[in-house]
Amino acid sequence: MHASEDGPHPHGHDHGHDHEHSALSGNALRVRALESILVEKGYVAPDALDAIIETYETRIGPRNGARVVARAWADPAFREWLRRDATAAIASLGYGGRQGEHMVAVENTPEEHNLVVCTLCSCYPWPVLGLPPAWYKSAAYRSRAVIDPRGVLADFGVTLPEARRIRVWDSTAEIRYLVLPMRPAGTEGWSEEALAELVTRDSMIGTGLARDPAGAPA
Amino acid sequence: MKPLDALAAALEPVAPLPRSEAEPAFREPWEASVFAMTVALHQRGLFTWSEWAECLGGAIRAAQAAGDPDLGDTYYQHWLAALETMVARKGVTGAELLAQRKAAWDRAAHATPHGQPILLENDPLFAGGT
Repeated sequence: MHASEDGPHPHGHDHGHDHEHSALSGNALRVRALESILVEKGYVAPDALDAIIETYETRIGPRNGARVVARAWADPAFREWLRRDATAAIASLGYGGRQGEHMVAVENTPEEHNLVVCTLCSCYPWPVLGLPPAWYKSAAYRSRAVIDPRGVLADFGVTLPEARRIRVWDSTAEIRYLVLPMRPAGTEGWSEEALAELVTRDSMIGTGLARDPAGAPA
Repeated sequence: MKPLDALAAALEPVAPLPRSEAEPAFREPWEASVFAMTVALHQRGLFTWSEWAECLGGAIRAAQAAGDPDLGDTYYQHWLAALETMVARKGVTGAELLAQRKAAWDRAAHATPHGQPILLENDPLFAGGT
């Protein structure tokens, strides 16, 4: 699979003599080696791999989480359920954890802001947010989120009142956190769909806030 | 990069890092493949997700120790190293077979005209499936 995409080596300086033929990068070669052996030994099926990639590239993304947050904003009973048992509340909307992880929703309030990190290996709430952005996986974020969360927020353009506490949640293989951002003022009576448009990926990690309704198409 | 430089890089502000909402999940097809293989092997019960997180954490620490500034762009390289470690640990395939097969794919790629799918059979030394 993907032969045509990673095959040609358009500016192959190492292979200038060989421009009529293809070349693969070292990583691509290692991956093909591993994949072909796993397929031969019956550990994985190519179709199943394609299905997993398709799912994560197109069907699972931050919009899932945005719908969870919008429902929590619009429906107090759902919000209570999410606080009590996020795994079940999120599963009720059809988003389930494939790695068997437990979801915990942490709610932002005027007193407390929540920020999520995984210092070990960038664990991330995939079922609701898709795959992590590059910065989430960087050593800089993993270390600085813990030692200087206010500075990290400033880098993201977020300045919180001095009095607001910041809690940092370190994810594990078993527990993933979803931040429930504060509902923006001026959105009374909005539909869940319109509310979901205000929920950014970063607001559900805690490196951002929900969008200002004035700046969003209502 | 020396470990000290990696440490310095880790203390740089995160601001210059990419953070577009539209950022693709995978930058290259091999990243998607290594991700999918990991998910598939976990689904069939070869390892638990805790084992995986620990193995991946080890690969990240090893890369950092070797000088990787670990800016997030090498994340799936860490996955690849961790997955190679994991399959060896679970007795699925060792480094020797992986290296042989990698060389076969390299020969196959070079023997494949541009624009055509690269198949293992294109390896001039291909001896058929096992």
